[in-house]
Amino acid sequence: MNTVAPPPDLLEIQALQAKLVSALRPILAEDGLLWEPEDTIPYECDGLAAYRRMPLAVALPENEAQVSRILQVCHAMNVPVVPRGAGTGLSGGAMPIAQGLVLSLAKLKKIVDINPFTRTAVVQPGVRNLAISEAVAHLGLYYAPDPSSQIACSIGGNVNENSGGVHCLKYGLTLHNVLRVRGVLMSGEIVEFGSLAPDTPGLDLLAIVMGSEGMLAAVTEVTVKLVPKPKLAQVIMASFDDIEKGGNAVAAIIAAGIIPAGLEMMDKATTRAVEEFVHAGYDLDAVAILLCESDGTPEEVAEEIGRMTAVLEKAGASGIRISKNETERLTFWSGRKNAFPAAGRIAADYYCMDGTIPRRHIATLLRRIQEMEKKYRLGCLNVFHAGDGNMHPLILFNGADMDEWHRAEEFGTDILEACVELGGTITGEHGVGIEKINSMCVQFGEHERELFWGVKRAFDPAQLLNPDKAIPSLSRCAEYGRMRISGGKLPHPELERF
Amino acid sequence: MSDVQIQQFREQIQHAAASKTALSIQGGGSKSWYGNPNAHTPLLTSGFHGIVDYQPEELVITARAGTPLATIEAALAEKNQMLAFEPPHFGAQATFGGAIGAGLAGPGRISAGNLRDYVLGTRLMDGQGHDLSFGGKVMKNVAGYDVSRLLPGSLGTFALILEASVKVLPKPASTASLRCFISEARALKVLNEWAGQPLPLSASSWIGSGDANADGELTIRLAGAVAAVQSATVLMKSTLGATELDPAIAAAFWRDLREHKLDCFHALGADDALYRLALPAACPPIDFSTLASSGTQQRVLEWHGQQRWWHGPADASTQAKVKAKAIEHGGHASCFRVGSNGVEQRFTLLSDQAHSAALTAVQAQLRKAFDPSGVFATGRLP
Repeated sequence: MNTVAPPPDLLEIQALQAKLVSALRPILAEDGLLWEPEDTIPYECDGLAAYRRMPLAVALPENEAQVSRILQVCHAMNVPVVPRGAGTGLSGGAMPIAQGLVLSLAKLKKIVDINPFTRTAVVQPGVRNLAISEAVAHLGLYYAPDPSSQIACSIGGNVNENSGGVHCLKYGLTLHNVLRVRGVLMSGEIVEFGSLAPDTPGLDLLAIVMGSEGMLAAVTEVTVKLVPKPKLAQVIMASFDDIEKGGNAVAAIIAAGIIPAGLEMMDKATTRAVEEFVHAGYDLDAVAILLCESDGTPEEVAEEIGRMTAVLEKAGASGIRISKNETERLTFWSGRKNAFPAAGRIAADYYCMDGTIPRRHIATLLRRIQEMEKKYRLGCLNVFHAGDGNMHPLILFNGADMDEWHRAEEFGTDILEACVELGGTITGEHGVGIEKINSMCVQFGEHERELFWGVKRAFDPAQLLNPDKAIPSLSRCAEYGRMRISGGKLPHPELERF
Repeated sequence: MSDVQIQQFREQIQHAAASKTALSIQGGGSKSWYGNPNAHTPLLTSGFHGIVDYQPEELVITARAGTPLATIEAALAEKNQMLAFEPPHFGAQATFGGAIGAGLAGPGRISAGNLRDYVLGTRLMDGQGHDLSFGGKVMKNVAGYDVSRLLPGSLGTFALILEASVKVLPKPASTASLRCFISEARALKVLNEWAGQPLPLSASSWIGSGDANADGELTIRLAGAVAAVQSATVLMKSTLGATELDPAIAAAFWRDLREHKLDCFHALGADDALYRLALPAACPPIDFSTLASSGTQQRVLEWHGQQRWWHGPADASTQAKVKAKAIEHGGHASCFRVGSNGVEQRFTLLSDQAHSAALTAVQAQLRKAFDPSGVFATGRLP
């Protein structure tokens, strides 16, 4: 794995660490600052464990005022800061910087206010996504975005990644469900983006803070929208004997004017892997399984299930089952929800990708992935948010074998570039982080990347807040381009080679 | 042809940058009154039109900025789809780019979301003439900062929008509109209670006179599955004694409300203003009677009370009081339009509500990143 070697000038690093610790200790509680390696090692990576780096120190503030003072200190000392929530990110966005501080917001985990009349909840960034819905369930309300990691991931991280989940096809991403974000700029200034009103005067800065991967402000409070809990949910499980038919069925449902509450797909390899794990009774002969959920009043659900069934039959489904009760609905979903642990059972390691394509190209991409499996001699499970065209291929490999890991990385990069070629994007909801930073050079040109840097400098002129993530430098792209010459044309011929 | 036009835009922008002058972006001119007035040279986009890509099964349409909004809506209607944020046209010449630049949403905003929520990607030209693309044509995209969603409501002060891709939605299977006469307080109470329940509420409007105690006209639109609309219609009829409107009359009402063509928007005196207040959900009735003694003082509530319109004197003192009243309730206010004859119509943002000092500096730097020479610094949006 890619554990980065310690920087050469150890004495200098140790001196900086001592100075930083001394400056931060008066701000934080006794257990709020970690700097010994045995304490900071749990923070050396996020959910992307393949990339690791030890930070100078880890700060665990308990309130916004402490966050502000910590950032002021780091700003004055020119120390980079990496904000971190629950650490479930899958693109290395919270990977530490060797000469920087990790700012863990995990202790800011209070639900500050729940207002059933305004249908809003004010929560601190460390509150888990699912905990919001649990806290308001008795009011008949819930928080709609539901990333697969919702049991563990925190709302601050959701803001930074603009996360989605199964329900975002109908109910939107984090962006669509957040009204206001409080945060702290790298200068230590406390700011608010958005408002409880439906809009704010001036520019809509909330829009750009959403999904900004912790590079513009450290989130300290989020006001989310709550929506009424549907009275009923029911799911159709449809089997297809051909991937093309399955992909076309997804487009057909949308074209019929239906927006399901969830529209997810699993390929045969995934179905087999999860069936061994959850015993849900999946059709193991199916090339693809589509799960289509409807929610609303019982009358609405009956009407929609009827319409979706007709579309699926016309699209050539080889089998259709409709959940008869809540237990069966959850059983149908159990495989989809457990695809990741199931992958973990059949391979030593797996690499979860996250690209998005127009829905009509789902079958094309799946075919290309099949070819890549042969090329890289690695297996791949495909389980994804079909309704959004958000693919999550799970590349199976053995991390103890460096050659396999490198092949897995190349495999992943090829998938992302295929997504861009098919009119999609290199990341749907996991962020760019450090993992996909080279792929940004494929999706964006020099002037677009320069504008991204302009956005970064507007919020953080010293470029100390989570630097070196998400937005590649010109030289990085030139270097990446040097390695990937396409069609005999040298990318960025205007630049000096390294 | 489009390449030639893009080159012309580039030359005009680069010339403006070199000569340190500003350009005022204009589509059909239907909203030229909206925003702080200026006399800068116009950069005309109306000739740059056409739907670039529309895939109904993808729920995405991509069009050039100068495309008439009516053309886009007609193309969508053919496939039984729509722009769910219902952008006001304010004139037959309204363009797609103008709708995005203005960032306004119509009656369905509170259930469907804001215009910004639907923007997936843009192709734009910055203040140096660079042709740039951000976002994409897919629903989920977090690669890089979401630059596209900064543009709605920026009134052309950031960059020239060349093309945009927006999410569209299927038209609901069924709609119904109901009307009754009840007090403002009761209207707000039932609307907020129902908004917390799984009911197909799509839009609401309450129109009242200057008499705070008099009942006003509450109109509710339901939209969704046939069965859901039917059961909600029964509930609302029995709760409010409401009657169902003829579909054609209802469609005309919601269109005229969106376009400010209803009488309640035009009863302005020459020295009066139409104020807009944007407020948090469940905001109680606001007592405007203390703010002014003149004017018609007509009130219109939309978005379950989160958008409110009030007629009052246009003087600076009243402006300040309206602003203070909105802030007191956790929202903000703007002087949306002044005068009865249309000639003096103008919109003045109450700019000191915009942001904290720290974010004002951020906004200034953001503008510099897009437009270092100030080509788009027209001051339409402070």
